[in-house]
Amino acid sequence: MTLKARVIPCLDVKDGRVVKGVSFVNLVDAGDPVDAARAYDAAGADELCFLDITASSDGRETIFDVVARTAEQCFMPLTVGGGVRAIADIRKLLLAGADKVSINSAAVRDPDFVAQAADKFGDQCIVVSLDCKQTAPEKWEIFTHGGRNATGIDALDFAQAMVKRGAGELLVTSMDRDGGKIGYDIALTRAIADRVPVPVIASGGVGTLDHMVEGVKDGRANAVLAASIFHFGTHTIEEAKRHMAAHGIPVRLD
Amino acid sequence: MRVAIIDYGSGNLRSATKAFERAARESGLDHAEIDLTNDAARVASADRIVLPGVGAYADCRAGLDGLPGMREALIEAVEKQAKPFLGICVGMQLMASRGLEKSVTSGFGWVKGDVVKMEPKDAALKVPQIGWNTLTLARPHPLFAGIETGPDGLHAYFVHSYHLAAELPEDVVATSDYGGAVTAFVAHENKAGAQFHPEKSQKLGLALLSNFLTWKP
Repeated sequence: MTLKARVIPCLDVKDGRVVKGVSFVNLVDAGDPVDAARAYDAAGADELCFLDITASSDGRETIFDVVARTAEQCFMPLTVGGGVRAIADIRKLLLAGADKVSINSAAVRDPDFVAQAADKFGDQCIVVSLDCKQTAPEKWEIFTHGGRNATGIDALDFAQAMVKRGAGELLVTSMDRDGGKIGYDIALTRAIADRVPVPVIASGGVGTLDHMVEGVKDGRANAVLAASIFHFGTHTIEEAKRHMAAHGIPVRLD
Repeated sequence: MRVAIIDYGSGNLRSATKAFERAARESGLDHAEIDLTNDAARVASADRIVLPGVGAYADCRAGLDGLPGMREALIEAVEKQAKPFLGICVGMQLMASRGLEKSVTSGFGWVKGDVVKMEPKDAALKVPQIGWNTLTLARPHPLFAGIETGPDGLHAYFVHSYHLAAELPEDVVATSDYGGAVTAFVAHENKAGAQFHPEKSQKLGLALLSNFLTWKP
């Protein structure tokens, strides 16, 4: 009897449609986000993540509608990220039906924004998303703006700083691995998970079910996030969970 | 029957409303009106009252107190008229004597005890507790009728760093194990509260909300 490892499908949403990039480019249409959310809800996903990668502020308004329509039908926890810059953005997402919001670029630009958000909405509501690229053995750098901008900030230092500011959870994405289907960056995931007291979500690089097992067992992640492996029907959520259970990882199968 | 869900600007109100609507439909209570409202008079005259809550304790309390007449409406409907009440997450924590998150904030005092930071005995366990956990029933309660609990039972979804350390063991209906027993569900007379999110807990959650809609404390 314990807290279960979470399996989280992630939907990258652009202008209201699900897309999945390889290393954040070459976007392929993978369908309507609300349909996808409904399918994952029925399939027993433990949470759902919407990442709004829309560039224009006009297009970004569509995410509120997507979140609202999803929340009407899905009774699963929903994390929404992308373009979250102000307290008002967070409130609007929560009112639309999000349970947690994920902050990326804004956290780098103004770490105190994370503190304000955590004070206002509680630590448990604030996920900080770290896009990391390896620069040397056991060294990673934080990138922002969908991986376009280097910051010179050390990922491990930044992870700890964000937790001090009130981040309740860290979403750790390896930009080197994302879309590559060669597995999570385990060294990165573990380096962060071992340094912070809050849950860590491993992201970027899942190609097989073994990768998800590795994310929890070797990377010490509390949750594993994947996109294309689920979107394109390579594996179901249940297959992933049964595979993890067979390797001794507690999962929820109700 | 009208169920008032109190809208004080906190949290995932749409999820809670939609989950109650579905629970009502599935229990054949099609006539039940789920009323998301910030109007104290509508809360006072409702048949059942739900207080959701996502956020920091003090901020939620301030948001609730900012609604004219709401505190009095709750006292009238819940304390005096003993209408069924369900608090969810911080809404449940507000039932305590005090919250100790970031500052000391007084609660409603319906369940004696403080809301304190979780300190799991196993240092490898992360705080907040985020995710799905099973429940251990400390005593039978009508809101858990027909719900499978225990290590092989259904799961509930938790997202929290603080929990209600109840002074009276009889107020605790269910716990979850997270490096020690964490208060998962409290009940005192007509007042019940879930630390987990029934509106996000799929099967277990919908069953519990259905039970609440027909609960006769």
